[in-house]
Amino acid sequence: MAEKNFRLQCTVNGHPIDKMVDPTARLLDTLREELHLTGCKEGCGQGECGACTIFMDGKPVDSCLVMTIQAQGHRLVTIEGMAFEGRLDTIQQMFVEEASVQCGFCIPGMVVAARALLEEKEDPTLEEVRYALGGNICRCTGYHKIFRAVLRAAKIERQLRLEGKPSQLKDLPGVHPAPSADRL
Amino acid sequence: MQSYYVLGSSQFAMIENPISPLPETVCETECACPPLEVVGHGLYRPDAPEKLTGQAKYIADLQIPNILQAYVLRSPHASARIEKISTAKAQAMPGVAAIMTAEDLPAANYVPLVRNDLPLLAASEVKFIGQPVALVAAESYEEARAAAEAIEVQYEVLKPSLTIEEGIAKDWILWHYQQFTGDAESVFNNPEPGMHIYEATYTTSHQEHAYLETNGCIVTPEDRGGFKVLGSMQCPFYVQKAVATALGVDYQKVRVVQTVTGGGFGGKEDAPSTPASLAAVLCWRTRRPVRLIYGREEDMISMTKRHPSKTVFKSAVDKDGYIKAVDIHYYVDGGAYITLSSIVLWRGLLHASGPYRIPNVRTLADAVGSNTAPNGAFRGFGQPQVAFAADAHWDHVAQQMGIDPLEFRRKNMLKVGDKTSSGQLLAESVGFEEVVAKVKAEIDYDRLLTLPRTPGRFRRGVGLSVSHYGVGLGANGGPHNFAAANVVVAVDGSVSVAVGTAEIGQGMTTVMLQIAAETLQCPFERLYLADTDTSQVPDSGPTVASRTTLASGNAVRDACQIIRQRMDNYLKERKDLPWREAVSACHVGGVQMAAQGYYRPGYKLDFDDQTGHGATYEIYTWCANAADVTVDTWTGKVKINKFVSGQDIGRAINPALVEGQIQGGALQGIGYALMEEYILKEGRILNDSLSTYIIPTSMDVPEIVPVIVEHNYSWGPYGAKGFGETPLVPAAPAIINAIANATGLRLKHLPATPERVWAAWQQEHSQDSGV
Repeated sequence: MAEKNFRLQCTVNGHPIDKMVDPTARLLDTLREELHLTGCKEGCGQGECGACTIFMDGKPVDSCLVMTIQAQGHRLVTIEGMAFEGRLDTIQQMFVEEASVQCGFCIPGMVVAARALLEEKEDPTLEEVRYALGGNICRCTGYHKIFRAVLRAAKIERQLRLEGKPSQLKDLPGVHPAPSADRL
Repeated sequence: MQSYYVLGSSQFAMIENPISPLPETVCETECACPPLEVVGHGLYRPDAPEKLTGQAKYIADLQIPNILQAYVLRSPHASARIEKISTAKAQAMPGVAAIMTAEDLPAANYVPLVRNDLPLLAASEVKFIGQPVALVAAESYEEARAAAEAIEVQYEVLKPSLTIEEGIAKDWILWHYQQFTGDAESVFNNPEPGMHIYEATYTTSHQEHAYLETNGCIVTPEDRGGFKVLGSMQCPFYVQKAVATALGVDYQKVRVVQTVTGGGFGGKEDAPSTPASLAAVLCWRTRRPVRLIYGREEDMISMTKRHPSKTVFKSAVDKDGYIKAVDIHYYVDGGAYITLSSIVLWRGLLHASGPYRIPNVRTLADAVGSNTAPNGAFRGFGQPQVAFAADAHWDHVAQQMGIDPLEFRRKNMLKVGDKTSSGQLLAESVGFEEVVAKVKAEIDYDRLLTLPRTPGRFRRGVGLSVSHYGVGLGANGGPHNFAAANVVVAVDGSVSVAVGTAEIGQGMTTVMLQIAAETLQCPFERLYLADTDTSQVPDSGPTVASRTTLASGNAVRDACQIIRQRMDNYLKERKDLPWREAVSACHVGGVQMAAQGYYRPGYKLDFDDQTGHGATYEIYTWCANAADVTVDTWTGKVKINKFVSGQDIGRAINPALVEGQIQGGALQGIGYALMEEYILKEGRILNDSLSTYIIPTSMDVPEIVPVIVEHNYSWGPYGAKGFGETPLVPAAPAIINAIANATGLRLKHLPATPERVWAAWQQEHSQDSGV
């Protein structure tokens, strides 16, 4: 077994991490086994299914394709960082309301990919949603209820912005040190 | 980690559940149904927030101290004799706690299924690539894997049998069924004048479940020599039986608790019995917790898939377009062992002639052996293959006879009062006509059918396909046809509902709780579904055959009715008290506020092996799918412009979840029709990853419109039947028929990949440029 001989320093969900880990382990394994953040899932281990998607400096990445050492000094957000004090993120809330969840195994990665899209585009078209989720395989739902949830979340967040209420995710202290181009 | 990760439980309850006016449903029996308050509404899934926030614990998410990691050494050969296994070198590897071969097993060396022929560990021979040969438990996964690779196995390699044709030639027949109705032979031998006779052969490939979560389990030693199995599965009672058999202990010494399961689709019906038993024997040997989670590649190589098939379909239709006779020979490739193939074959046999009135039927069905991994349960269970053959065939026959394919189906389709090919009278709940009419309107069939066929690269067409689906295990279900539920009302009015079937994503949790809330007349938010646990309820059979809503739903309703009746009897004129007060009063009054409910099929079932006759299923779900496609004749790529899937499901307990099941099932059927295929070379799967076995992504999914028709089933919970599998069954033939309508090509093999469509087009149009 590879040794835990590397001092990993990064932030995860806004909290500083300082821990001895195996630098060659997949970031997915370090998150799940060392930090006990099991929300990101392993579906294929090859970067194909997207179930392990997390944010790395605001960009969605497949954590099974990232070596732990590559996370050094970076800001990571996992699905566990997206609900705050019991408040679901708008996207999560819409996934509940639109019945977008079935077995749920793809869902953490799906939510992260959807959040990344909405951070980039306030008003995505259906085609843009399809494209943004193209790297996240779901075998249960047939995707349509997921598309609806993402489009509805975008609409609600646009409305909130018009009313001068920032979307709740951006309020999360520590998660998004504002102001920054790569908020997540 | 810290508490800010935890979802506040109070928040979710504040999302108001949607209650809107109910759609009209059709009651064919005279009954006075009261208006429903909870059933029929799209309530939110109580399990969604945990899944959305990463809190739901799937098997790989559990962290158990002192646990050993297991790894399975698998056969690299499709057929070989094992001459010698040497574990000495591996034993000495670091971290190794135990190594086991067939010789070291504590009790029976088989997985208990139809014929108990699948060994847990190969003893003297291996019959497929990926078959388990030896086991290692070690302190880490890497050490277990390294030790397994150090086990030396000497094989004498034999020539494998790999196809249905080779299996037939070798007479390697795993199972046979047959059905004879009327006298098909004499119809074909002495055809009436003007009768149309046509024969064709249809073949299909494997299909992989591709559940996002691979198979896995954890087995821990418990007090008094017991074992606890945690895992991803559809059928906890199958796993209990398998583990108890492998360990040679009483069933009740094995407690199976299903963890949150990341998809099943049939792939976690019989299959999890193997990893659970393998982990259990290692746990028995080491008396330590053991974790066995399959990697994607080993899951794809060794676990069950949809049976490849070959169907020879011969039909006779009279000059007026009425089907007079069919002669069908249906073959499925069962793989190396029988496992569930006989039951898959049985369902295929009984649905082979389709949802049509046919006076003369001869169907022969054979499961053929091959040196590939045993094929097993997959959504549709032997029906999609034969439904493709049958409904592609009828579409072609209608076209040859110059009849509108939809009119042809209308003429022949089953109605209330008709008999199925097995001679079973259809007494109720046949909403077939309404399904077909609604699907036809939604796809805009008449307009698309008469679109001018313009020459050129892109050709557009429409296709339709119909099927029926016998809900539940039917007359072949034996002791698995029943289900139980335990309902307990606490003093504070909260309610625990325990059932023996599994939530695998399909929405069972929500549906059970809606049925319970409706029957108890209590608030939905006060209900909790217990984990599915073999120690909580009697054996309730498997979570398969679209039976869960019907079976467990009826058991829940039964239990809740008993409790509500007791409450009403005690409360008398006070029975309209608010729920909490009513419960409190009943508890004070000594009313027994717990009950066990039970479900038995609503009709007596039977089956005769010789004739293939009998009342085989208690009720049928009726389905029609339609596809509007554009075929690119230059590349062979088929684009689905719109897909409509309609079914008569009796009653939609939760319409939002029904829609999700329809869309998901239809998309699996679309994948089956157009893209999903295993490439095998000498018994080895070449595309053993999600990068190479291609399933539909968000970029591939067409618009899928679900259509729900509700012709209540008198014995169903609030009229519901089961339907989880039906949307998939006639998906492929609808698409294949649409391709035919667009291009004139009658494809007879699934999947219709661009290569195959292109090749067929080239063959038809070799004389011209195709433009």
